[in-house]
Amino acid sequence: MTTLYTSDHEWLRIEGDVATIGITDYAQSQLGDVVFVELPKVGRNLKKAEAAAVVESVKAASDVYAPITGEVIEVNEALAAEPALVNSDAGGKAWFFKLKIADKSELGGLMDEAAYAAHTA
Amino acid sequence: MLAPENSPLKQTPLHALHVARGAKMVPFAGYDMPVQYAAGVLKEHLHTRSHAGLFDVSHMGQLALKPKSGKVADAALALEKLVPQDTLGIAPGRQRYAQFTNNDGGLLDDLMVANFGDHLFLVVNAACKVEDEAHLRAHLSDACEIVSLADRALIALQGPKAESVLEKLCADVSSMKFMDAGPRRVGDIDCFVSRSGYTGEDGFEISVPSDKAEALVAALLDSPDVLPIGLGARDSLRLEAGLCLYGHDIDTMTTPVEGALEWSVQKVRRSGGDRAGGFPGADKILAQFAQGASRRRVGLRPDGRAPVREGAALFADAASSDPIGKVTSGGFGPSLNAPVAMGYLPSTLSAVGTTVFAEVRGQRLPLKVAATPFVPNTYKR
Repeated sequence: MTTLYTSDHEWLRIEGDVATIGITDYAQSQLGDVVFVELPKVGRNLKKAEAAAVVESVKAASDVYAPITGEVIEVNEALAAEPALVNSDAGGKAWFFKLKIADKSELGGLMDEAAYAAHTA
Repeated sequence: MLAPENSPLKQTPLHALHVARGAKMVPFAGYDMPVQYAAGVLKEHLHTRSHAGLFDVSHMGQLALKPKSGKVADAALALEKLVPQDTLGIAPGRQRYAQFTNNDGGLLDDLMVANFGDHLFLVVNAACKVEDEAHLRAHLSDACEIVSLADRALIALQGPKAESVLEKLCADVSSMKFMDAGPRRVGDIDCFVSRSGYTGEDGFEISVPSDKAEALVAALLDSPDVLPIGLGARDSLRLEAGLCLYGHDIDTMTTPVEGALEWSVQKVRRSGGDRAGGFPGADKILAQFAQGASRRRVGLRPDGRAPVREGAALFADAASSDPIGKVTSGGFGPSLNAPVAMGYLPSTLSAVGTTVFAEVRGQRLPLKVAATPFVPNTYKR
């Protein structure tokens, strides 16, 4: 299992041909208290860089982009009931959606943990 | 002249304290202001409603109108040339909400006016303060000396614990009622204190000489009941309280009637009153009092959990292509644990309970027109 990161502060956990996607702890700390999460529909085909989900704090709404191309195969319904999970466990329980990876070569453009740490330093 | 975005940001006398307390600073009305502290907007909001919050609002404009005749009534009458309020009727030691109108009946700014016995004390919005002062000088210089009190900071202490906290520094505040205002000695500092604010909570606004502001704030923050609160929670608190934000919910294109601010225009300034009219845009505004306006500011409660934010177009139903209004303020209300908004609708669709739809990310979300304040206020009347 590999974890990769985007410059938009999303993480991807790669298991076989499935990527689980969420936002990083750095991202949630910048957003502040999350009060609403809108998730994509299961079955939707997302293109890389397409707006896929929305995360809203008291103050503002932010888009979460599809970091790679793929089909949405599962979404985290727990976030609808408890958006604050994004603040308490951004890298774990607060995953947003799972994609069936369309093109593994797109993973090559993403950062590993060390590169992401340098990006946010 | 430099455009505002090229000018260096100004700092309030409390800037260093904000930074030392870990505030996230953002540009606001030309000032570098705290939008939140470590606690975050949600906790700051809830703490203000359950205990007390301390706000730096020193970016706002403070002005004294000193009557050249020596009689405060002359300053109050002069001010009535610019506002539709009964400022002559503000008793000594009292404060009133007012608006500067333009010739089209629109609003140049909203403000607070207090009668300090021998002069009037005004608090205006930061973004309008330069224009407001020029407006006062252009129209009131015959009757008044207009003094900019730029050497004073302004702080607000809001919430159910505000009285008990401030009482330790100024025993007199417990006898003040909502909208009482005047000079008070707070600790060993000569301040102006009003029992008012912008959160819907009981509380106080304190004008303090700039060089004493940090000491006063430190003394207030000494109490475990008090947290510093940023502009983020200030906005969510005032939105839940149904209070207008100038430049968003009211502006030069909205009249007091359209803005649902009829309550702020006393009968004596309306048609048939002893001092009816006589303010800019009176013809239009008084006609709207008689006939109603075609649109109206309303409170809105989205049915779902998704916040509906400023700028969202409003529609009569889920399918129509012509917008009927728009949201002017919207977000999440932490005390309601639900989204709340304000906006303008045709008066025919402004009744409480009416369902309208907002367009958010290509979807039509239902909202209901709701009474404001969304959260009951707790003023000490």
